[in-house]
Amino acid sequence: MKSLADLERVRLEAQERMRLRESGASSKLTVAMGTCGIAAGARDTLAALLDEIAKRRLAHVHVVQTGCVGLCEYEPLVEVTLAGQDKVTYTYVNAERARQIIARHVVNGQIIGEWVLARS
Amino acid sequence: MEELALHVLDLIQNSLEAGARHLVLTVVEDRAQGVLTVQLLDDGRGMEAATQQRVFDPFFTSRTTRRVGLGLPLLRATAEATGGLAELASRPGEGTRVQVVVYTRHIDCPPLGDLALTVAVSVAANPQVEFCYTHTVDGRSMEFDTAELRSQLAEVPLSDPAVYQWMLAFLREELSKLYGGAKCNEIPSRS
Ligand SMILES: Nc1ncnc2c1ncn2[C@@H]1O[C@H](COP(=O)(O)OP(=O)(O)OP(=O)(O)O)[C@@H](O)[C@H]1O
Ligand SMILES: [Mg+2]
Repeated sequence: MKSLADLERVRLEAQERMRLRESGASSKLTVAMGTCGIAAGARDTLAALLDEIAKRRLAHVHVVQTGCVGLCEYEPLVEVTLAGQDKVTYTYVNAERARQIIARHVVNGQIIGEWVLARS
Repeated sequence: MEELALHVLDLIQNSLEAGARHLVLTVVEDRAQGVLTVQLLDDGRGMEAATQQRVFDPFFTSRTTRRVGLGLPLLRATAEATGGLAELASRPGEGTRVQVVVYTRHIDCPPLGDLALTVAVSVAANPQVEFCYTHTVDGRSMEFDTAELRSQLAEVPLSDPAVYQWMLAFLREELSKLYGGAKCNEIPSRS
């Protein structure tokens, strides 16, 4: 199985990123994955976030999933919590919006106002 | 749902909400017979017999965010539309097993869809969960086990995005081999 050799390379690179990583400050992205979210496309949202984080080699950003948060009509929903900042909830986050959220909010610190449902 | 793989993602979310630490996903397809079965076992909190009777009723849910629980009723509707079935068995404190049978040649059977993506995102977003997935097509099998990956990865977590990319590529490749070279997200639903 050739892929296991690839995995070893992935491991060594990840180890290196972990070693280089400055302080413990980390960010969290939460994707709502109740039936409502999944039917609205949350799997592709989650995949786009992970893919964009991988491409940009962002070692300090975690993506997690949660159930329905009761805002079904706004799905797919993504909550962004940057270290030491308010939680921002984005609505209708398709794969394209997901990539933009990484580029503009997570990397550049600019909240994308027109997609925001709530800040808390 | 447009794909069976999205129903599987939905079942995984149910198991996670029940606090599962171990998930065992088993998919078996017999293309000559046109039968596909999916089983998901979890070690979550499970439920009492009285609750089990009601889970396929959309007006039953333990969630508080919304008054209806749609996942299992939708799954059963999808399975039954093909002449198949969806059943759940559970023991409180031990876990739950959901079993689905679909007849893939039925006109209303959704495609399997991107099961590789379903599994890869589920592992990446829940790196603490042990996930064992086996898929058999016409007697040939592949196995994906996070316990093995974990030992190979040492201190690198399963949530690492580069590991996610590897898992996705690996699963897509293995599934496309099982299905005879078709791309995983283009698997014909009725062969
Ligand atoms: N694996 C499981 N372990 C324990 N309880 C479960 C499991 N799967 C389902 N249940 C119970 O059955 C109920 C109905 O599940 P169902 O998937 O139909 O709806 P839901 O998860 O509540 O909401 P939705 O799927 O619409 O987001 C759940 O609320 C939960 O109480
Ligand atoms: Mg559900």
